[in-house]
Amino acid sequence: MKTLKYLLPALAFMVLAGFFYRGLFLDPRLVPSPLIGKPAPAFELQDVRDASVTFAATDMLGKPAVLNVWATWCAGCRQEHPFLMQLARSGEVALYGMNYRDERAKAMDWLAKLGDPYVKVGYDPEGTGSLDWGVYGSPETFLLAPDGTVVYKHLGPLNPQVWQAEFRPRIAAMAGGPK
Amino acid sequence: MIPELGHVALAIALCLAITQSFFGLAGPLFNKPSWSAATKPVSIGHFVFVAIAYAGLTYAHIVNDFSVAYVANHSNSQLPLMYRISGVWGGHEGSMLLWGLMLASWGALLGVYTKRIPLATAAKVLGVMGIVSVGFLWFMLATSNPFDRLIPAPLDGRDLNPLLQDPGLVIHPPMLYMGYVGFAVAFSFAIAALIEGKFDSQWARWIRPWTAAAWAFLTIGIALGSWWAYYELGWGGWWFWDPVENASFMPWLIGTALLHSLAVTERRGLFKGWTLLLAVSAFSLSLLGTFLVRSGVLVSVHAFATDPDRGMFILAMLVFFIGGALALYAWRAPQLAQKGGFAPLSRETFLLANNMLFVVATLLILFGTLYPLFLDGLGLGKISVGPPYFNTVFIIPTLPLVLLMGIGMHTAWKKMDWRQLKSKLWPFALGVFLFALIVPLIVYGQFGLMKFIGLLLGCWVMAVAFIDPINYLRRKRTLKGYSRTMISMSVSHFAIGMFVIGVTMVETYGIARDIGMKPGDTVQIEDYSFTFVRTYPAEGPNYTAVEAEVVVTKNGNHIATLHPQKRTYLVQTNPMTEAAIHARMHRDLFVALGEPLGQGAWSMRIQYKPYIRFIWLGALIMALAAFFGMTDKRYRVRREDEVAETAARPAAPGKLQEGTA
Repeated sequence: MKTLKYLLPALAFMVLAGFFYRGLFLDPRLVPSPLIGKPAPAFELQDVRDASVTFAATDMLGKPAVLNVWATWCAGCRQEHPFLMQLARSGEVALYGMNYRDERAKAMDWLAKLGDPYVKVGYDPEGTGSLDWGVYGSPETFLLAPDGTVVYKHLGPLNPQVWQAEFRPRIAAMAGGPK
Repeated sequence: MIPELGHVALAIALCLAITQSFFGLAGPLFNKPSWSAATKPVSIGHFVFVAIAYAGLTYAHIVNDFSVAYVANHSNSQLPLMYRISGVWGGHEGSMLLWGLMLASWGALLGVYTKRIPLATAAKVLGVMGIVSVGFLWFMLATSNPFDRLIPAPLDGRDLNPLLQDPGLVIHPPMLYMGYVGFAVAFSFAIAALIEGKFDSQWARWIRPWTAAAWAFLTIGIALGSWWAYYELGWGGWWFWDPVENASFMPWLIGTALLHSLAVTERRGLFKGWTLLLAVSAFSLSLLGTFLVRSGVLVSVHAFATDPDRGMFILAMLVFFIGGALALYAWRAPQLAQKGGFAPLSRETFLLANNMLFVVATLLILFGTLYPLFLDGLGLGKISVGPPYFNTVFIIPTLPLVLLMGIGMHTAWKKMDWRQLKSKLWPFALGVFLFALIVPLIVYGQFGLMKFIGLLLGCWVMAVAFIDPINYLRRKRTLKGYSRTMISMSVSHFAIGMFVIGVTMVETYGIARDIGMKPGDTVQIEDYSFTFVRTYPAEGPNYTAVEAEVVVTKNGNHIATLHPQKRTYLVQTNPMTEAAIHARMHRDLFVALGEPLGQGAWSMRIQYKPYIRFIWLGALIMALAAFFGMTDKRYRVRREDEVAETAARPAAPGKLQEGTA
């Protein structure tokens, strides 16, 4: 019993190491979302700016669309926001948002102050809508084809390099690509 | 040519590290003092060759040698010289090399400053340091060679991440790594102690200054990181509970617990196994941090570019070092005899409570940080816990911690008389209680529970921190003869109070406004009026910017003209926010440019941050106090004297001991 106490740290570490080993293969940055190539999971959320407007996954059909998952508590979201504004101004794609595990008042304040780049922004305070999308942090950004399939997922703040390297070529390849 | 020399130097350093480990462990084992003695010069040679490699990489950065892949990826010919030098640690490979350099320099310092430690012991410690170094040098040469060539060489480099082009970030990583890696010394001592099966007051006395030094560097490193995040990320937060921040904070918490536990082991010969476990854990958490940042198992703003081979290599190292150390601990620690007890009311009890609370805080943060990984690993979906979790769980152990700190520092070893303690402290307790209750009501005209608790705890620690030195000074008219360790304790605890007050003030009285402003608009925050005058283009060496002019006045008097910028770096075209800050001890005024809203109007983030300087100042003072404590004369006693001294001076029970810790 007494020696068991001394073994405890080593045992706990072994369990931890097991998770790390698995974690290496579940690498969130390198392993693409299992959704890729599959139809976008359905959801129906209130718009963060106006509770009477609904934002459903089907709203994004018919054109290349980008769905950006964000929250006011997330540092990376603030970092990428100026670029999202640029993107919205350029009109390159339709930019949608999903406000993730956040408060409506804070989210509205954020959009009012930092600018609002989104066509529609879903309000998902409990993370129920984003659950099916496999969202596990923010910011996360999905690229959807006009037929509603998920083409690409980017984790972490969006920036011009990522946009140029990963998003642009994929958008250009879509039927009925960018304007 | 120079990069190849650097590469060769790194390989030689690896050979020397292997030599160091071999002689360090085999010397005592086969009882060959000449082998053991060889570890000291070898540790210095090992350092010299890592330093040559490091100098080689720095040279390649300075002369813009873009044929070196690492330089091409992290530098640019337009980059100012300072950032070319600091750019050496701006990416994975270079920062690994910096890590190696720090490790080797701690090893060389050990080689120089272990004269008063028995040779066989010093050799073992150096041997373990050598093994750690072998791991990292091998890792570098095998998976992360910073000297790889890029052929054909590009005309110009891809530039250093603009976020890292900042004076705060120039010194942040070296300080942080000094701290991280410095815990390797305590780790090596702990392993040596477990191998010898011996760990007593003397050992604790050897380890204490090394641990204090590492802890002080880590404290400065973390504070600089927080300060940098505050002004560079552009929105005025000072701590984000990002996995990488947590990775640096957990070794700090355990290191703090270790410092306190070492005090008990040194003075009373107790908590032996526990102290060793903490010494192993502090460095283990440093290694864990390296793994989390560089393997990509967690998502972070700070993460380095990741590569599965590297992750696997570091994980293997992790299992070898941490797993090995803990297995050794499980085997040897039960045999460490300790005798002597202590009363429920005694300094030992308070230090035990301190240790428990630090460990609980660390485990809660560790759990929160790894939670996404656990769930993912169990196939339960992918979720992350945000700052709300960390803020809540961190405050639970820290509130009693700060409260008990004020009492604990006035208790005696072994047994304390409750009435004596009460009569010493109650006037302060009452005074502080009234102060925390009344002052916010008068100054700010509002009451809040968290404000009250925060102020109460902060003022409490500050108020009682200097009772003993002041009494001593009153009686003797001089501080001569008063232990430096005790002064360092008083000062660092006072600094904790400053930190607590800083956090309380910023979090409860801070004001942040995001507003759209046209030129000529004025906004009022507290007593300050901010007038947006105009914007104009500005230009830096490697960026262009829009700069705004914001005039701040208070009751009609001009306070400052602030110039926040929105920068676009030429190579990595990210827009970057450069906040303008007017800092005074009791408040910061913070203005950041958001987005253009058309027709000359801009969204702006204006903040009033009362006492935010106390957060970093508190950390800085703590670190300086720890450095000062290292100069205590007991760490300079010769070996022969030391034996006599410990025998002659058992800790006297029952009465307040001045000048001991």
